[in-house]
Amino acid sequence: MIALLLRDLRLALRAGGGFGLGLAFFLLVAVLVPLGVGPEPATLARIAPGILWVGALLACLLSLDRIFALDHEDGSLDLLATAPIPLEGVVAVKAAAHWIVTGLPLTLVSPLLGLLMNLPPDGYPLLLASLAIGTPALSVIGTFGAALTVGLKRGGLLLSLLVLPLYVPTLVFGAEAVRRGAAGMDVATPFLLLGGITAGVAALLPFASAAAVRINLR
Amino acid sequence: MDLTVTDLACARGGVTVLERVNFRLAAGAALILRGPNGIGKTTLLRTVAGLQPAVAGDVSMAPESVAYAAHADGLKATLTVAENLAFWAAIYGTDEVSRAMERMNLAALADRQAQNLSAGQKRRLGLARLLVTGRPLWVLDEPTVSLDVASVALFGTVVREHLASGGSALMATHIDLGLAEAEVLDLTPCRARSPASAGPGTDDDPFAGVTA
Repeated sequence: MIALLLRDLRLALRAGGGFGLGLAFFLLVAVLVPLGVGPEPATLARIAPGILWVGALLACLLSLDRIFALDHEDGSLDLLATAPIPLEGVVAVKAAAHWIVTGLPLTLVSPLLGLLMNLPPDGYPLLLASLAIGTPALSVIGTFGAALTVGLKRGGLLLSLLVLPLYVPTLVFGAEAVRRGAAGMDVATPFLLLGGITAGVAALLPFASAAAVRINLR
Repeated sequence: MDLTVTDLACARGGVTVLERVNFRLAAGAALILRGPNGIGKTTLLRTVAGLQPAVAGDVSMAPESVAYAAHADGLKATLTVAENLAFWAAIYGTDEVSRAMERMNLAALADRQAQNLSAGQKRRLGLARLLVTGRPLWVLDEPTVSLDVASVALFGTVVREHLASGGSALMATHIDLGLAEAEVLDLTPCRARSPASAGPGTDDDPFAGVTA
């Protein structure tokens, strides 16, 4: 399974692998929103947590259909399904690789973008922490959506529709944690809920994803 | 343990295409599936490989014994030949990469990216993957597509060596691999009774309802 993770990371980093797509999108959102909203620091500071979280979420969504589509097209998914590693492990590794390629870079650059959005200073560590805790859930849920739509031509729209409602709790509690932190309020509750969602989906959804892939390969 | 298929029925797109398939494949033997296009050779092979469930009947074999090779080779375009093989070797926990490359005449291409290979070279790489799996039962779907005469002969030799070392091979092919010892199973008598009556628009024969 380590070999699969390394292969996916290597593929992402090589030409046409899609690394940086989500990151570039996230940067664009954070650069364009202040231009669109206008140069009022107070307004920007108020909307910063929400915009940054929505940007991260959409950036994640962009690359979801690649998780299984490429492996399905070239036949690797069939071969992985007959390989000695369990399909649950395969989808879990795929989700992990997606997070390392998408969620982790987003998390790491988010303080810089917080600066562009005039995020209050108290918000920076919380933005970093909430994205670090929340984005794995986005990748795992997204992998489930990708597993449901594997084999569908142009399944991207359906995938977005399936996945977006499932993303809402993570978005709500993630942005809420940053907003409360920036306002100097207690952040324990949204963080616990955020962590709970991530832990829950990471434990359960790989099984659902593997079942969906099995059915779609028939 | 042998591969034993008993009274197998398998379906494609929800329509049963094959029924009453019976055969037994012992270690060291090869079985070639024949039959017209759309009879269900691929479906049968996928069922044996465990990619789809049987509608009825039974497939029994030793666990974890199948290496499956289909029309698509499962190659990653931006990885080199050696990297593609090394990945599968790591998945199957074997260490046969350089030997597999030599036997499929790929050693000179080891550092070439898979996207720069010709169709026949890609096919050879896809077949070399079988060698790094270390699995005894090869399930092959049209293994010789896009191979030239020399490569077909090369692959025939590889299969024969595999059989000699106690492996077995189940393959659908229209081309003679030069395996004189291989048995041939014609699937025509196993065609499911009037598959078209189950409804028009099956995957294998979308115009079944039109011509009938």
